[in-house]
Amino acid sequence: MEYFVQQLINGLTLGSIYGLIAIGYTMVYGIIGMINFAHGDIFMLGAFAALIVFLILTSFFAGIPVALALLVMLIIAMLMTSLWNWTIERVAYRPLRGSFRLAPLITAIGMSIVLSNFIQVTQGPRNKPIPSLVTDVYHFGNITISLKQIIIIAVTAVLLTIFWYVVNKTPLGRAQRATEQDRKMAALLGVDVDRTISITFIMGAALAAVAGTMYLMYYGVATFNDGFIPGVKAFTAAVLGGIGSLPGAVLGGLLIGLIESLWSAYFTIAYKDVATFALLAFVLIFKPTGILGRPEVEKV
Amino acid sequence: MTLGTNVMKNETILKVEHLSMRFGGLMAIDDFSFDAKRGDITALIGPNGAGKTTVFNCITGFYKPTMGMITLTQRDGDQYLLERLRDFEITKVAKVSRTFQNIRLFSGLTVLENLLVAQHNALMKASGYTVLGLLGLPAYTKASAAAIDKAKYWLDKANLTERADDPAGDLPYGAQRRLEIARAMCTGPELLCLDEPAAGLNPRESAALNTLLHSIRDDGASILLIEHDMSVVMEISDHVVVLEYGQKISDGTPDHVKNDPKVIAAYLGVEDDEVEQIEEQLDEGRI
Amino acid sequence: MAQSPATENSGLMAQAVKEALVAAAISFGLFVLYVGIETYQDINNALVWRTRWGLLAIFVVIAAVSRFVVVGFIKPHLDKRKRDKAKAGIPEVSDGKTFFQRNFLKLALVGLLIYPPLSVMLAGTQGSLKYVDNFGIQILIYVMLAWGLNIVVGLAGLLDLGYVAFYAVGAYSYALLSQQFGLSFWVLLPLSGILAAFWGIILGFPVLRLRGDYLAIVTLAFGEIIRLVLINWTDVTRGTFGISGIPKASFFGIWSFDVGADNNFTKAWGLSMSSAYYKIFLFYLILALCMLTAYVTIKLRRMPIGRAWEALREDEIACRSLGINTVTTKLTAFAIGAMIGGFAGAFFATRQGFVSPESFVFLESAVILAIVVLGGMGSLTGIAIAAIVMVGGTEVLREMEFLKHVFGPDFTPELYRMLLFGLAMVVVMVFKPRGFVGSREPTAFLKERKAVSGSFTKEGHG
Repeated sequence: MEYFVQQLINGLTLGSIYGLIAIGYTMVYGIIGMINFAHGDIFMLGAFAALIVFLILTSFFAGIPVALALLVMLIIAMLMTSLWNWTIERVAYRPLRGSFRLAPLITAIGMSIVLSNFIQVTQGPRNKPIPSLVTDVYHFGNITISLKQIIIIAVTAVLLTIFWYVVNKTPLGRAQRATEQDRKMAALLGVDVDRTISITFIMGAALAAVAGTMYLMYYGVATFNDGFIPGVKAFTAAVLGGIGSLPGAVLGGLLIGLIESLWSAYFTIAYKDVATFALLAFVLIFKPTGILGRPEVEKV
Repeated sequence: MTLGTNVMKNETILKVEHLSMRFGGLMAIDDFSFDAKRGDITALIGPNGAGKTTVFNCITGFYKPTMGMITLTQRDGDQYLLERLRDFEITKVAKVSRTFQNIRLFSGLTVLENLLVAQHNALMKASGYTVLGLLGLPAYTKASAAAIDKAKYWLDKANLTERADDPAGDLPYGAQRRLEIARAMCTGPELLCLDEPAAGLNPRESAALNTLLHSIRDDGASILLIEHDMSVVMEISDHVVVLEYGQKISDGTPDHVKNDPKVIAAYLGVEDDEVEQIEEQLDEGRI
Repeated sequence: MAQSPATENSGLMAQAVKEALVAAAISFGLFVLYVGIETYQDINNALVWRTRWGLLAIFVVIAAVSRFVVVGFIKPHLDKRKRDKAKAGIPEVSDGKTFFQRNFLKLALVGLLIYPPLSVMLAGTQGSLKYVDNFGIQILIYVMLAWGLNIVVGLAGLLDLGYVAFYAVGAYSYALLSQQFGLSFWVLLPLSGILAAFWGIILGFPVLRLRGDYLAIVTLAFGEIIRLVLINWTDVTRGTFGISGIPKASFFGIWSFDVGADNNFTKAWGLSMSSAYYKIFLFYLILALCMLTAYVTIKLRRMPIGRAWEALREDEIACRSLGINTVTTKLTAFAIGAMIGGFAGAFFATRQGFVSPESFVFLESAVILAIVVLGGMGSLTGIAIAAIVMVGGTEVLREMEFLKHVFGPDFTPELYRMLLFGLAMVVVMVFKPRGFVGSREPTAFLKERKAVSGSFTKEGHG
């Protein structure tokens, strides 16, 4: 039982990270119907920004409080990825809006290749380890919870609350939902569609940067190709939860995190990704719109 | 074709009995029955949202009806229960084909290719399910020439021969409608179901459509159509069925339907109490 | 426009300068951390950093200058051309094709046939290896894979992101069956294709109901599952170590290319020992396989099944209304696409002599799909051109030794291969969203065969 609870906590931590990335996928898909394949690499850029900021901070201010360092890393990483995602949308995706459906998908795959190789070229192909930022661990009986895990789950919860508020209660969120429903109509009613889409990309990127920072803090290492596997899993999470649905993305992320840690704990760790992907295939085949997605009605 | 049209006239080709279709809590079609006779143009009319397209989708297999029986009787006497067939089998086996309210052409294929796709099943057989055709056997070459002849026949009927090699998406609206009908005819149907064929057509295109429909009927296929435009319905149909809120309110010749007060009320959109009033008057034989 | 050309021009320049400054600011923001700072491990293996302001400055200047040129010169030029074109009315289309255009395919085939002897003549037996193997065979494998995927994506409109799985099935079928049972390449080549087709049906069946992006993601998942199984099922596949010592293909059983064999090809013909002959043989083999793929694709397009695929891409509901069994139609597309992938896989295994899961990562699927879309969905010629440009282009980078003289001895052009590949994908899509060849050839005609413009064809929903 204690072992199970332990795995549950590990799974929730991992799931929070997936959930944060998944939101970026689901929002972009919701608003322009495109799989932003490069989003996983935006997450990786976030982790690298946090890593570089961490190195600079620790070399200038050796005794900087961890909380402050984390905050600075988080904010700069968010700014960085936002700028990147905004630029990518402007340069690579916007010219293709409304054209041939496969073109943006291919562009996004191309962008993903560009971003990971850009970091490989500029920062080198090797693993980038950093010393542990947060080392505190708490024991509850036989269950161990690290401060890292608490931070990750807490930050995720706080951000999701803010995020939920923005999407559901502000004019910006209303513009996003309107654009999602009917882009042309939203434009006719005075919604600045281009701006709304840009902001959507920025929001998704900012959350990916948070995930990246948390990832770096949790594992203490970053590599140029870190974007792919978490990216695919987060996308899986978004689809699993019902693509286009924000609570679905979080739910899907948590589910995948849980499945991964529980599968690794009770079965062979080797096949944990197989389990994730098999579950995805299974869910989509029997409920093609995911867990919380709206059913798509076939119009004749 | 030398078919004894007079004998055929009285034969039922399509029999719809107690058809009901429920979407969640909404009863879109409620215990709806009607017959369509062979060689007739039967029209299904009714105000917006009456459930006409739903009836069509049940007949052509795009919806599985909640209840009811749809029987199709072919010329040689074979009978099929359409609600039990899979959607593509309704065209392939039962020989019922259809068109769509918002035209569904293969817009990137040429007009001719559209008509060849419609002959898929016949050609598939002739090509020995691709295997023999791949070897270049003469049987397939012959069948494919025959398919082009059939396509030419319908191109001519639909007045589209000039545009045969153009992409279907490039045709003007009226021509697209005619192409969709020609394509449906290329499947060799006994019953052709048309979903609002005259919608959005200008008078000239409308007249061209009427000519096409009459020639289809004269060729031996029966037609079931949904229509909004009363003038079209009254002009071309032999038999009219009126649907409102998923129920049948009238059934008969165009003249009979035209003078049915319930139909008038439904179309003029009079208040409910006025309908009752009209019904009372009807009962009293004042109208 | 009341403005005189002069003021218009100075206004344009002012705008160009302004936009160049904005571009400089943005690129500074984008690159300040990733280019301006370099992270590396010092002798204690601790991660440290140093600045690279010079490189950052170069990036910023390049961004600013290119923005200036685009806004100030290229865009006005393009606008003017567009305006002139609009003024001139209907753009004239020259019907008279040149000799080259009319005989393009024949010339290309002749070129391919004389390519290996030509490289031997020009670069010597040993020197030809590079051209025949690295360029010729490498590109042709991608041509074949892309043509195979084209049936699924380009014709049937089913978006498959896990195509590399079938390539893997073919490669491992050949590797395992040849080692376990000692069967020859010529027995296993068809068998690998059949096994891959079988997997195509198995994987295709559950996903038939799925549409568009859902289909894409499930096929991606299947591709990853197969790769992960190959990695983890170590008893059979030897995991990440891969399978080595895969037998070479023989010359139809008559001559062997194994060095020790009695009927060795080079011995039999009295040639000097060189692997070049085997590579030349492989070149013609993959060329033949490509031709087979092209033949089957062209033939099938003119048959009911091929037309049904294209109709399926255009409108699935209309297909059903015409009595087409969409389930079998989709499955045949999956199966035939997979079979071609399987053939290519078996060829890949015999060419490398070694297979490992490393060769079947998602990136490969992405590259193959990119070639299909960049070439123009459905167009065999366009896809072949895309494969030559994209695969050949990145291979050329390996050869750019002279760049070392420009950028210093540490410069490794290979590093930039995938970076440039990705950039090319983005650039081609932005400027030519329909790919190199956007139009489609009709499969039948009454009077004249007119190409259908890409703006009418659809890309499928499933």
